[in-house]
Amino acid sequence: MLAAHLPALQVVIPLMAAPLCAIFRRGYLGWLIAVAANWFAFAAAILLVFRVLEEGTISYAMGGWVPPIGIEYRVDIINVFVLLVVTGVGSVIIPFARAGTAARFNNTDQAWFYTMYLLALTGLLGVTITGDAFNIFVFLEISSLASYVMIAMGRDRRALTAAYQYLIMGTIGATFIVLGVGMLWAMTGTLNLADLAERIPEVSDTRPVLVALAFLTVGISLKLALFPLHLWLPNAYAYAPAVASAFLAGTATKVAIYLFVRIFYTVFGGSGFFSTTPLPEMFLVLSVVAMFAASVVAVFQDDVKRMFAYSSVAQIGFITLGISFVTEAGLTAAMVHLFNHAIMKAGIFLMLGAIMFRLASVQIDDLAGIGRKMPITMAGIVILGLGLLGVPGTSGFISKWWLVLAALENGHWWLVALIVLASLVTMLYVGRVVEVAYFREPSAKVAVMREAPASMLIPAYVLVLATIYFGLETNWSVGLAEQAAAKLMSAVY
Amino acid sequence: MRDTVILRVVVKVLLPAILMFALYVQFHGEYGPGGGFQAGVAAAAAVILYGMVFGIAEARKVVPRSIVNTMIPLGVLIFAGTGVVSILLGENYLDYTPLGSKPAKGQHLGILVVEFGVFVTVASTMLAIFYVFGGRADEADEKAKNEEGGE
Repeated sequence: MLAAHLPALQVVIPLMAAPLCAIFRRGYLGWLIAVAANWFAFAAAILLVFRVLEEGTISYAMGGWVPPIGIEYRVDIINVFVLLVVTGVGSVIIPFARAGTAARFNNTDQAWFYTMYLLALTGLLGVTITGDAFNIFVFLEISSLASYVMIAMGRDRRALTAAYQYLIMGTIGATFIVLGVGMLWAMTGTLNLADLAERIPEVSDTRPVLVALAFLTVGISLKLALFPLHLWLPNAYAYAPAVASAFLAGTATKVAIYLFVRIFYTVFGGSGFFSTTPLPEMFLVLSVVAMFAASVVAVFQDDVKRMFAYSSVAQIGFITLGISFVTEAGLTAAMVHLFNHAIMKAGIFLMLGAIMFRLASVQIDDLAGIGRKMPITMAGIVILGLGLLGVPGTSGFISKWWLVLAALENGHWWLVALIVLASLVTMLYVGRVVEVAYFREPSAKVAVMREAPASMLIPAYVLVLATIYFGLETNWSVGLAEQAAAKLMSAVY
Repeated sequence: MRDTVILRVVVKVLLPAILMFALYVQFHGEYGPGGGFQAGVAAAAAVILYGMVFGIAEARKVVPRSIVNTMIPLGVLIFAGTGVVSILLGENYLDYTPLGSKPAKGQHLGILVVEFGVFVTVASTMLAIFYVFGGRADEADEKAKNEEGGE
């Protein structure tokens, strides 16, 4: 009986778990509820994958009101893939959270933290699964508001300004999105995405639709931290608690990327905007700039969390580069990297969280010689760093391989060179951490350190193993991504 | 302000009327203008008015913070839980039809319960905001007093 309601339960279970945490206000209980809800959501996503592979697109009518009149939850191969990434990354991160939050917060604050985490999860899952444009905005706000609170709970007082900065930028982004949605509604009279996709071609040469497209582009680009609109991201990731950084880096920007391809390829897919406007070229240029500028800035960061936050901006550049090709191979590369980067970056932030837990700092000078005292943690960072680089045998290689293939298919030889060059810059900043951690004498503070607790290492190592696994066995990651890309290019919803 | 007799008497007369109006807006919401949000704000306004005239400490005696903090998530649970009940009764999430003997009755009951959830969360959130900001003035007063005493 419940199987038919999985699309709703996917969002509802985390949504109900959040107030439960807030009512009980007990740290341990809150953690148990969060783990249970997150694992349930992951199981639901896996079941949905199998159902979508078997039956095709699933449509669920909220409240029994038939779409397009009511709100529709629509699960197809594209968003089920993203659901899998979001819930999967969350399921690994949340067991990690216990030790760190219990050491830092009192009982009530721990419960609030899990409440906010679950609300952020709810919002992200809602954005992904819903087939209604206004519903997207509502869920986007739920997840954003919850993430502002999570970021503000960081150890550093600068977390407050980082959260405030993100709040201002995020609100502008959300406002632009709702303006865009409003104009589309005015022109087509519908909010259902499938309906929109059908009706937009009829009015595609009117100015309001173009303006709506512009608002949506800027709004979503802000949320996904595309190059010139990424300024909120480094501070937010650097000063947030480790769990929040890992979760947001692994999921929030990924969901924004999903939203981006959904709007452009599905909703506007039939209207030919990609061939009549210079959007692809614009994104190509911005992506390449992001790949280089953000990587170079990352090299000169002294805070390692901030360094990998800038690295996120660069890696998002790799993803949007794939999107800008407007080919099936390009989209496959984008979706594969979305999947692989979520795992790698979440893993790196968890490892940094483990160091933060022991050392209370991730300044690069404080990490001198830490490779000898926390060998397991540092080995994990090295493997994940190699993944970011794209070394064969890690999942990062698969992403870059597909990206290079897609570039070659379009005849962009020079882009191949740029992709390789950008990966070399990645080597510089990963190398800088490795050099300090392994080849310098431990400082007095590091000399007395112990390895991180197993409750942190095991979840983090699940992500390390996943990085290696998906570098060798690509049936799932590339297989699903290829199907999603084919579906996106067909512009059928 | 605490010594103003007229204000205190007028507020005491007004409070029941405000609360009554809140309940009217709440339970008439599906027929006319209104609903859980407006009713929640009106009900919270009654307590806030009481707190402004008689002091926040008095208001906290009427509606303690612990209750407020529990009510905020409780309202969300009521709303979301109604949807789960529809699933358990075999319909889609938030489909109120099976809640009553006839579809119209079920929809009626469902919307009332959901709006009650909204009422609980909105009223308590308003109060929580008022307590936090109002409490700041109290804290500042206390701090100033302590500093004076110290000198």
